[in-house]
Amino acid sequence: MTAEERRRARQGWLLSAPALALLLAGASGPLLIVVVYAFLEPGEYSGVEWKFSLEAWFRVLFERDIFDGTVRLADAHLSIFWRSVKLSLLTTLLTFVFGLPTAWFIATRPARTRMLWLFLITVPFWTNLLIRTFAIMEVLRNEGILNGALMRLGLISSPIQILYTDVAVLIGMTYVYLPLMALPLYAAIERFDMRMAEAAYDLYASRWQVLRKVVLPIVRPGVVAGSILVFVPSLGAYVTPRVLGGGKNMMIGNFIELQFGAGRNWPLGAALSLILLAMVACALTIYVRAAARAGADG
Amino acid sequence: MARARPFSAARLPGFAAMAAATFLILYAPIATLVIYSFNGSDSVAVWGGFSLKWYGAAWENAQVQEATMRSVVIALAASGIATVTATMAALGTTRRGRFPGQTLIYAIINQPLMAPEIVTAVALLIFFSSIKVATGYTGLGYLILAHAAFCVPFAYLPIRARLESMDLTLETAAADLYATPWLAFRRVTLPLLAPGIAAGAMLAFVISLDDVIITEFVKSAGQDTLPTYMLGQIRRAATPEVNAISTVLLAVTVALLSLFFAVTRKRA
Amino acid sequence: MRIPALAAATALAAAAAHAEGALNIYNWGNYTNPELIKKFEQTYDVKVTITEYDSNTTALTKVEAGGHGFDIVVPSHSFVPIFIEKGLLLETRPDQMENFKNVDPVWVDVPWDPGRRYTVPWQWGSTGMAVNVDAYDGDINTSAIFLDPPPELAGKINVVPEMQDVINLALYYVGGEACTEDKAKLKAARDALVAAKPKWLSMDYGTTDKLASGEWVASVNWNGSTFRARLANPKVRYGYPREGYPLWMDSVAVLADAKNVENAKLFQNFIMDPENAALISAFARYSNGIKGSDAFMPPEMKDAPEINPPAELAAAGRFGPSCPKEIQAIYTAIWTELQK
Repeated sequence: MTAEERRRARQGWLLSAPALALLLAGASGPLLIVVVYAFLEPGEYSGVEWKFSLEAWFRVLFERDIFDGTVRLADAHLSIFWRSVKLSLLTTLLTFVFGLPTAWFIATRPARTRMLWLFLITVPFWTNLLIRTFAIMEVLRNEGILNGALMRLGLISSPIQILYTDVAVLIGMTYVYLPLMALPLYAAIERFDMRMAEAAYDLYASRWQVLRKVVLPIVRPGVVAGSILVFVPSLGAYVTPRVLGGGKNMMIGNFIELQFGAGRNWPLGAALSLILLAMVACALTIYVRAAARAGADG
Repeated sequence: MARARPFSAARLPGFAAMAAATFLILYAPIATLVIYSFNGSDSVAVWGGFSLKWYGAAWENAQVQEATMRSVVIALAASGIATVTATMAALGTTRRGRFPGQTLIYAIINQPLMAPEIVTAVALLIFFSSIKVATGYTGLGYLILAHAAFCVPFAYLPIRARLESMDLTLETAAADLYATPWLAFRRVTLPLLAPGIAAGAMLAFVISLDDVIITEFVKSAGQDTLPTYMLGQIRRAATPEVNAISTVLLAVTVALLSLFFAVTRKRA
Repeated sequence: MRIPALAAATALAAAAAHAEGALNIYNWGNYTNPELIKKFEQTYDVKVTITEYDSNTTALTKVEAGGHGFDIVVPSHSFVPIFIEKGLLLETRPDQMENFKNVDPVWVDVPWDPGRRYTVPWQWGSTGMAVNVDAYDGDINTSAIFLDPPPELAGKINVVPEMQDVINLALYYVGGEACTEDKAKLKAARDALVAAKPKWLSMDYGTTDKLASGEWVASVNWNGSTFRARLANPKVRYGYPREGYPLWMDSVAVLADAKNVENAKLFQNFIMDPENAALISAFARYSNGIKGSDAFMPPEMKDAPEINPPAELAAAGRFGPSCPKEIQAIYTAIWTELQK
């Protein structure tokens, strides 16, 4: 390691130290308790019994048939995992589709009004999450604004059942996570010199090429940040699926909550969480590396 | 910075329409929320004529007022702490070339995103409870610490994105001109970084304001926030009282914002 | 870290608060009548703080972890024995308190607290069927409403997402018992639930509102909630499934690590007074188990069919215990299968 590298490392660690201390005391450190719990037996009515067991890990993927004792793949768990991943990916995509034009729009306003627009994105989120979700419910219900608008436009002749379906969950999650995409995008775009794009527009033939060759490299760090902030938390979403999905179908967040709540199986809840954490960490690493490489190439 | 003609909506077809649609979508539920705060019936779904009775009810209800104030206080403190530490960490881990442990720092900072909330909640309950028993301190500090911790990635990522897309030349020039790195940082880097910090702080604030599960497990006696107060209401019917509270909070926000922008505009 | 200094300061503040008299109640959300609290505060010059929870498991987990600062908790009947077994409750002997004479004898020798050595009745109720008679005017005193719904109701039914209640209803429907070890019965209950699910619209709370508005025409629901829905919409009726339906009772207990024990005992005694018990019921709309409180109840509650089950169906109501963990694991598996 050169002296320069050593200096860089020392500075990096020093500047990160307060954040790391905060996280170790208020999040990551205590989480080690959960790691231990994943290797214990569930307590009779709550908590854990201090006896070593790998049962929880086994139960993540397999189940003993409750009636004849045969072991088989826990397809209920797999279908819950799959629904969560699918809905989270779609949410990320939709927040991007709505978030990018919005961030772009804000970034091209006069400098002194940008802050105002930025606030306008977050102000709806100053209301309580549950009340906001109930309000979204009002919009989506059969007699609600959305069905009314669709009928007036002549797209449908009678109300369609949107509420209590996966579509409602998707709409709700897109709403809830939109600022998490739009704000990082804005942060990345804001200083972008629009004249560069205009010059490029004169040079390149198509808008698509401008978008790909000029805009995308600037936007990329924002996309990376935004998609992490949307995808990862939406995997563990809890309130939205429960309320807008009518509670009929679980997502991972609800499933893990069940283990710590009425299910009274903390070790299984802990094991499920750790597996989720490991999977997300792997996916993140690959994603961030790939994005960095693409950024370097572009 | 003056610009000859803004390149935006005109050149990227559909962008303006999409942005308008986004704002419409964001505010449609908020409009229903506000409308139902004036509902005469007990319901958040059945209209029973115009009435101010839920504002009266909220005004009488000390419990819900205290919970709302507590939510705002925690969110301000936690997002403040999270933004400052996240800005430092972003400066320490971005644009300075790779160094040993960088990935580890990145992983720890983003860890709160990855663990389902209920797990962090249970872990914090057990950890903080033992401290509460040992020290006898049961104040808001635990909630602020927990909120600040899970807010860090929400502040960090936008700031980092900003740093990554920033132009280095200005800072290098500044470093050549000014004597101290601190001055260069304050006069050049910080103003350039400001949009990222603002975005990060706003995200951290609303994330803290909305948190329910971790708060539910960490709170001590008399520390309900608005979300945990609401959670307790789910089983029984929620009344428009909380719509009224939310509307007041919105009105105050908008008033403060307008004031802020009126003042800054004059100065500019 | 400034925590030690802060701790010292709050400890002092806390000590001062104790001298004036404080009481920290940890209760279900939206369940405590503010008038009752005001009256208690004025009578005894005690400052009461209410903090809320949304499930028995959350309350148990937090109380067990310690350091919470609560004096009183209000667990359901199935959780009282767990609290007692774990040594979390103080044996305050309500049976020796002045107002104990008012407790209806039916609620004295209860299986979860024989002789009432720890707990005082708060409210009790049942989980049954709420049906809008405009949509369906047939027999509603059966779990077939949600397990084998008539065509008029199919696709418009809600089921409250209470794992224990819903699975118990299904078990009773197929002739089983709560927490049964009979695998055949468990299997039959699971099959009935899984087969019925496509005919449900949702599994959600918020039943009072949506039954009143007519958005749901039937729901597995609590009696008090159905009562409130009927006050807003007279077409809503409450059915008591004759195959068996869950009963529950929430009881007031003092915690072993309570700091304000004397005030907590005063509160236990206070709510056994009929006039005060009536205040509890007037707010949340459930029965309270105190003799003579009827006299102080709002008139619409006295003969409400949701509060007073018909004699021939009263016997079908059962208090389900907390299941041992092997059975609970099966309950969870059934529930997961149902919501996968």
